[in-house]
Amino acid sequence: MDQFVILCFAVVNSIALLALISLGLAVIFGMMRVINFAHGEFIMLGGYATVIANHAGVNLWLSMFVVSPMVVGLIGAVAERLIIRRLYGHLVTTMLATWGLSLFLIGAVTAIFGNTTLGVSAPLGNITIGAYSIGAYQLFLIAVTALLVVCSLLALHWTKYGLIARAAMQNAEMAATLGVDCDRVYATTFIIGAATSGLAGALLAPISGVLPHMGAAYVARAFVTVISGGGALITGFLSAATILGPVEALLSYFATPVVGQASLLLLAVIILRLFPTGVSSLWTGGR
Amino acid sequence: MLRHIKNALFPFALVLAAFTGPFVLEPFDLVNLSAFSAMAIAALGLAFVWGTLGILNLGHSVFFGVGAYAYAITVSTFGDSTLAVLIGTMLPIVFSLVLGSCLFFSRLGDVYLGVITLCVTLIFYSFMTSTADPWFHIGPVPLGGFNGITAIPSLNVPGDPQAFLSTEATFSICLLALAGAYILLSLVRSSDAGRIMTAIRENELRSELLGYDIRFYKLLGFALSAAIAGFGGTLYTAVMGFVSPNVFDLPQASQFVLWVIAGGLGTFVGPVVASFAFQLLSCQLGANQVFNTELIFGATIVLFVLLAPQGLQPMIVRMANLKLTYRSGIFRRKEKPA
Repeated sequence: MDQFVILCFAVVNSIALLALISLGLAVIFGMMRVINFAHGEFIMLGGYATVIANHAGVNLWLSMFVVSPMVVGLIGAVAERLIIRRLYGHLVTTMLATWGLSLFLIGAVTAIFGNTTLGVSAPLGNITIGAYSIGAYQLFLIAVTALLVVCSLLALHWTKYGLIARAAMQNAEMAATLGVDCDRVYATTFIIGAATSGLAGALLAPISGVLPHMGAAYVARAFVTVISGGGALITGFLSAATILGPVEALLSYFATPVVGQASLLLLAVIILRLFPTGVSSLWTGGR
Repeated sequence: MLRHIKNALFPFALVLAAFTGPFVLEPFDLVNLSAFSAMAIAALGLAFVWGTLGILNLGHSVFFGVGAYAYAITVSTFGDSTLAVLIGTMLPIVFSLVLGSCLFFSRLGDVYLGVITLCVTLIFYSFMTSTADPWFHIGPVPLGGFNGITAIPSLNVPGDPQAFLSTEATFSICLLALAGAYILLSLVRSSDAGRIMTAIRENELRSELLGYDIRFYKLLGFALSAAIAGFGGTLYTAVMGFVSPNVFDLPQASQFVLWVIAGGLGTFVGPVVASFAFQLLSCQLGANQVFNTELIFGATIVLFVLLAPQGLQPMIVRMANLKLTYRSGIFRRKEKPA
């Protein structure tokens, strides 16, 4: 029984992790059709911002929820202004440029902070379930992820900005004709996406530590989740996370984490073989 | 006629270098240049599949790595390098056919394809780093986890595993192989199949409506590029004497892409020259330890994409043409930028 509870927890945790690391990417890809290869590095920078702010004496929660999103959002703004804005509409070129950016950020962080793992200890202690104990912080992580997803759904469908953003995403030309400044919408979207990735990195910092190359560990999974999710912005990647997460969690539990990750990729390839435009083409009609 | 001579100039220069190099250069430089040309061969594979066929394969290094590991395992088991090179070239073909039939038959778009292939190479990376346990072995060769496989025998005279080739001979073979790969790919590109591949790059839908099975041609080109990459991988391993999971990691994957962009997409000479130039640069940077290699590479990719999106070779060619027409006073209509 206890083992079952733990296994359920692992599954939910894995879904939440996938959702958390792909939310920022989903916002940027879904809205702007920009494949942001520097996504993993935004996560990494978020983690670094938290750890460094915390070591400098800032309260952990403050550095997680305020400092990291702000720092990464700022970096995102600069990157958008200097690189992404010049390349809108050129999917492949943007991808390469952001790849360059990703290498650049890895190099810069390595040069500044060195190639070592920094960390902060996970707050909130443990919860005991029978013979097992799990970190309360992980439960907190799941709750925050759920909150983030709900917030972004609400923001997209119930706010004026969400309406404008969805309009710009569906038909940029028409939105521009109606007086929407699309460049500005894109810039804001990119910054929000970057800030979300920064927050994800900040939340992950206590459990994984930070390292210049840590982005690579997340970026593949985030991409696979977002791309097999397909066109629908939030529901797409959420459903993909729900399909992929359990497989990864269960196989990691019964075999090894490497098998879990490999099977996640394999499953994504199979999903894309069946639904070339992602799972969400089931209910958006292959848009 | 002039065009043919012009096209033959580059492989001719390579062949010339292959025979004169051993007499002029130090052994250290010979080893380095052999490794560089092995890398350049693999880069040619990507230049072909991306530049001619339009398949953005970000995980090109996976074929390079599979070839490298296949060579390492085979040559350590059987001792004969000829067989190992053959297997190191064949295995990536088989792998590319399996992967390619998954990718192309589901008609994935270019970006999706790039992401998936990159994921494949990262999965290989994490798998290979987790094989430190001696339980992971193929034949008598342990995969060695993060340290990889070491003490791999170099190339030998076909059929005689004891007769190792000298540094000079290996250098000549590597450069000749590079020239061979260049000639082979140029021939394929100008063949009928190559023209269809170019058509597919230009407009997939139109080529399909004209009756060509684009999935088949994509698979064909993909397998060819995989073979070239695997071949490059075998030579690289033979020269360096070791292989580690780093052949599958992100910097390695990005290098190939960088060389092809920097050299000029759609060209063959450019990527080769760019690969030599960047490897020399990274060699110098690595020796100096002043700058971080990733920092420089990342900045270079961004700059190239923003400033010279067509790469060096087309840029230089265009500048040269401009000068020529200027001098002879011929004013051509300006071509529309692609």
